[in-house]
Parts: sequence; C-alpha cells; structure tokens
Amino acid sequence: MAHILDIRNLYKNYGSTEILKDINVAIEPGDFLVLVGPSGCGKSTLLNCIAGLEPTSGGTIDIGGRDMTEVSPKDRDIAMVFQSYALYPTMSVAKNITFGMKVRGVDQATQEQKLQEVAQQLQIEPLLNRRPGQLSGGQRQRVAMGRALVRDPKLFLFDEPLSNLDAKLRVEMRTEIKKLHQNLNATMVYVTHDQIEAMTLATKIVVLKSGIVQQIGSPAEIYNKPANLFVADFMGSPAMNLIPARTKANGKGTRIEIERAGAAPLVLIDAHAKDLPEDVILGLRPEDIAEAGFRAGEDVQEADCLIDMVEPAGADTYVVSQLGGKHVTARLHAETSAQSGEMLPLAFDLSKVSYFVPESGERLN
Amino acid sequence: MTDMTLSAPARAASRNWTRIALRWLLFTLLGLFALFYLMPLFVMVTTSLKSLEEIRTGSLVAFPREVTFEAWRTAWSGACTGIQCEGLRPYFWNSVILAIPAVAISTILGAINGYVIAQWKFKGANLIFSLMLFGCFIPFQVVLLPMARMLGMMGIAGTIPGLIFVHVIYGIGFTTLFFRNYYVSIPQELVKAAKVDGAGFFRIFWSIFLPLSLPIVVVTVIWQFTQIWNDFLFGVSFSQAGTQPVTVALNNIVNSTTGVKEYNVDMAAAIIAALPTLLVYVVAGKYFIRGLTAGSVKG
Ligand SMILES: Nc1ncnc2c1ncn2[C@@H]1O[C@H](COP(=O)(O)OP(=O)(O)OP(=O)(O)O)[C@@H](O)[C@H]1O
Ligand SMILES: [Mg+2]
Repeated sequence: MAHILDIRNLYKNYGSTEILKDINVAIEPGDFLVLVGPSGCGKSTLLNCIAGLEPTSGGTIDIGGRDMTEVSPKDRDIAMVFQSYALYPTMSVAKNITFGMKVRGVDQATQEQKLQEVAQQLQIEPLLNRRPGQLSGGQRQRVAMGRALVRDPKLFLFDEPLSNLDAKLRVEMRTEIKKLHQNLNATMVYVTHDQIEAMTLATKIVVLKSGIVQQIGSPAEIYNKPANLFVADFMGSPAMNLIPARTKANGKGTRIEIERAGAAPLVLIDAHAKDLPEDVILGLRPEDIAEAGFRAGEDVQEADCLIDMVEPAGADTYVVSQLGGKHVTARLHAETSAQSGEMLPLAFDLSKVSYFVPESGERLN
Repeated sequence: MTDMTLSAPARAASRNWTRIALRWLLFTLLGLFALFYLMPLFVMVTTSLKSLEEIRTGSLVAFPREVTFEAWRTAWSGACTGIQCEGLRPYFWNSVILAIPAVAISTILGAINGYVIAQWKFKGANLIFSLMLFGCFIPFQVVLLPMARMLGMMGIAGTIPGLIFVHVIYGIGFTTLFFRNYYVSIPQELVKAAKVDGAGFFRIFWSIFLPLSLPIVVVTVIWQFTQIWNDFLFGVSFSQAGTQPVTVALNNIVNSTTGVKEYNVDMAAAIIAALPTLLVYVVAGKYFIRGLTAGSVKG
C-alpha cells in the first residue's frame, strides 16, 4: 500500500547543532502515529519539518506519494494544531476557525456548516464570538483543534493538543479524537507526553531521544518489547523495573541471580532464555510481579521478598522491595495483606521479561 | 523599634499621613514643572491676541486688555514672506500635502519592513536591520548634497514629491525600527499557523499583523508627523519659491519684517505652524503612551 507519509533519512540542524538525526518513518493511510520523547528531543521540530514550516537539512519527506520536501506548507494538504495554540488574537473564535476556509475560497454556507459541526463536537458553541484572549487555556486548545478539524487534509499534525485540559476533559477529548480518527479514517501524527494517550490512540509509536529514533512499533511492541533501556524506562507508568542480574546457562534455560542486601540472592530460572551474557539488566513491569498465588503460568516463579513500602493506589496496591540495589515495584491487588517490613512471596512472570545489555542498553531477547 | 509600642491602627494612620504628605509634595513639584513649561505658550498666546500698540506699552506676561484676532488674520493670509504677502496659508497647505503622503508611505513601508525582518527571517535580515538602524543616526547635514544631486537626477528637485521622497527615505529607518520591535514580540507560531491555513505573505500581514498594530501605528504616525511637519533643514534645502513648507515660511515671515517688528503676527504664525502637531498629540497621545508601553500579544 502507498505510504501517506514517508520520511527518509531526515536531518535537521539549527546552525551547527543537529536536532534530528537520520529519521526514517513511514505510515499508511488511516494510521495514527504518536511521537513521544522527553522534552527538547525534537518532536515539535519533526512536526514542523513535516508541515514544511522548517527547512530540512537532509533527506526527503513524501506526503501522499509526492515528494514534498521543498513544497510550501499550504500546498502540502495538512492541518496542524500548535503546542502554543497560535490563535489569531484579533479574530473571534469563529473567524479563527474559518480563516483557513476563507483563504482557500470555500463558500460561505459550507464555512458556516463546518463551523457549527466542529463547534458542537468540541463544545465551544457558546464561545464563538469571543476573542482568544478571553478564553481559558483549555478552551483555546479546543479552538486550535477546531481550526484543524474544519479542514479535510491528507494528514493531521497535532502538537500536544490535550496537554492543558483538565483530567475529565482530556479523557473526553481523547475519546473524541479516537472517534474522529475512526470516523474520518484520517491519518494523524500526534505528539504527546501522556503515556495513556500514546497507548490508547496510537496505531504506531515512535520513541525519540535527542533527535534519534529509539524504536518504532505498535503500542504493544513498544510496551512489551522495548528496544532498549531508554524506551523501557520511558514508556509505562510506573516505569518498568530494571534490575541488574547475573546469569548462568542452566540446561536448556538460564539461571538468574539477583543480589539482595543482607539476604541470599534471589534465584529465578528462565526456561527459554539462551546465550545471555553474564551481566544483564532484567526488565519486568510492575504488573508482571504479583502476589504469589495470584498469577499462574509455566513461566511464573515465586520467591520471598522483603517489602519496604506499601502504596495503596485505589484499584491496585503497589509494593516496593529492594532487589539488585534497585527499588522494585510490584503491582498487587487492592486487598493484599502485604505489610512493610515483612516477607511476602511474590510471583515473577518471566514470560514477559526483557533482558538488556547493561553498557549499551540494547535489548537481548 | 518605637513602632512596636504603637497600636496597629495608630501605625496605619501615621503611615497614611506620610503618604498623603508625599503625594502633595509630588503634586506641587509637578505643578511647578507644568507651569514652567506652559509659560512660553502663555506668552505666545497672549501676545498674539494683543495689538501692536498694547505690546509696546504693556508687560510681556500681562493678559491682553483688548482681545483682537487681527494678528492671526494677518499671519494666516496677509503677512509677507519676502516679496509675496499671502501669509502662511499657501505654505501651510504645502506642508499638509507634503506631510500626509510622506507619513503614510513611510509608515506603510516601515510596517512591511518590520514584518519581514521580525517574522520572515531570511539570510542577512539582521545585517539589513543594522544598516537601517545606522541610517537613523546619519546627521541630516551629511546627506544634503548627495540628496540634492539625486533629486536633480530624478527630475524632482524643488518639488513637493521631491520633499516627500526625502522624508520617506529618511523616515524608513525609524519606522522600520518601531515596527520590527513591535512584531518580534509576536509569537512565530502565528505565521506558521496562517501558512498552514494557506495564507500568503500579504494575507498574513493584512489579516493578522495589521489588526494587531494600532498602538504602534499611532506611535509611528505621531513620530513621523512631528518630524516631517517640524522639519526645517530639508524644507529649506530642497524647496523653491512656491513649494516651501510652513516652517520655512514662518522663518521668512519673522525675518522679513520691514520697520516695526510685529511680534503679535510672529507669535500667531508660530502657533499656527505648531497647531497640527499639537492636535495630533491631543487626539492620539493616549495611544502614544499605550503604544510605547505595549507588551507582547498573548494568543
Ligand atoms: N529556532 C531554534 N534555534 C535553535 N535551536 C532550536 C530552535 N528551535 C528548537 N531548538 C532546539 O531544538 C530542540 C528540539 O526542540 P523541540 O521544540 O522540537 O522539542 P520538543 O521535543 O517539541 O520538546 P517539548 O516536549 O518540550 O515540546 C531543543 O533542544 C531546542 O532547544
Ligand atoms: Mg514541542
């Protein structure tokens, strides 16, 4: 199938600083691509390059099968929501939303109809006559969304469009965007800091760090098989437990030893892992460590651990134990009897385990 | 420490008294300054309303015993500038048809320049801006001869369009500076959003930047109008008998009296010549202050 967006070997420098390095991403029509990464890693810059608002320093960008690298933004058939809203301060909300249509010569009746549709969708009907300066942050953000939604572009670009909304509205808008994506079958590139947004919306996630792509994959791939320590640590909340461990071949599988202060090492046997180096970092998400007896499966192994802390969080209770010199978090059910300072048998689900090289951070299995 | 012994209301009261006393001191000082500045204007206005007879006999700062507008009439339409005796009127209109286009053109060019330099960064934008700034500081005298030659070559020497040209050229540095400084505080995302919306260079300027610009337009217009209306050197250097601006004519009236010096006519003429700039300040002064202190625009 034809790629709707195909970025090849994209570089972007500001002066002598490289901001984006060798980016290669391609998405199909209907994809929802989410860009995540720490602040300053180049997400907005990448979006600007796709939109044609920043010249690139190398590589090509195809949109809809055409090379758009040198094409001006208005001819790229894109709509964009900016991180800072960028609403036109002297125009009313209605004028802000219809400006693009007006510039493109859409007739008055269509403008009005589209405006009403979008205003209803975004719950901003009562605000249409106000100036942006008279709106709250969240309202501005919805107007900025509205400005993009009235268009029918090949590609939507969203730069953290929900970051300023309160929790309830954010969930509503998230659902709204998801619906929109399904109904319009629109293709979207979406920047966010919010893990849940990334996981629930994306069909594909790109993890960026310092302008370098760390991993591209479906949300499940990124979550279950992070390509390196950075991705493992960055995606998921609470973060994946990353525990230094020593390994030794054990028949067909591997024997894993984790140091514990003031106690015998914790020993786990992974029946499937093979050819691991002696020192590894073992990665296991909190939900893959449960209270013994609550998780079954052939790769589940149990061991007694000293509980340092118990943190009830409503639906779940998190407990923290010291393993391999790290705080290791396990996610238990809410009614657990775990007490801090006491031993508790925990079940480690090794079917979900990740191994990483300690120095390079690369994934091993 | 003595404050500690006072009750809270007493402390507050004493603070209040100090505040009021300081306020009054401030107002008195400001009042004195205002009087000092208004004194010359007072003398001019009263003198222009007196008859020559009264000027000769009365005191400089006295109110007129008998108010007469004779001097104003003479200044406007009868006073002699050299051999002609048509008063200020024709020259006043020269200044009007000179100042209005010169102000308008230099303001529009300054706005577009400022918009480009602040929002459409191109290679060398900073260099060009520096050169324009430099242009603000070139003394008038330096450009007189080259400009005269240039006007001659363009065939507009001694004409009002020639003077307009000179003022536009000289004003662009300032107007660009004003608009550029105003527009740099406007977030770059506005242009980006408008580009994505499909708007081009002039559309963005017209629909988004110009509506934001009222305060700085007022500042620029006042500045340019004052400069151009009050200009004497360019006016005297680049005009001919029929095209002189009002400042030059005023000078000629004051210097070409034969016999008795008609102070009342001179004063009236000076006030007439200054009236338009005063008017501009009165009408737009409020915006002037606002424009000078206007901060960045929140989206
Ligand atoms: N005009 C510019 N000139 C020089 N450096 C810039 C410019 N714009 C951005 N940068 C740098 O490029 C890097 C990436 O910026 P970018 O805005 O893309 O980050 P981001 O990933 O969107 O961050 P955030 O999550 O905070 O929005 C940053 O280190 C920033 O300092
Ligand atoms: Mg950003």
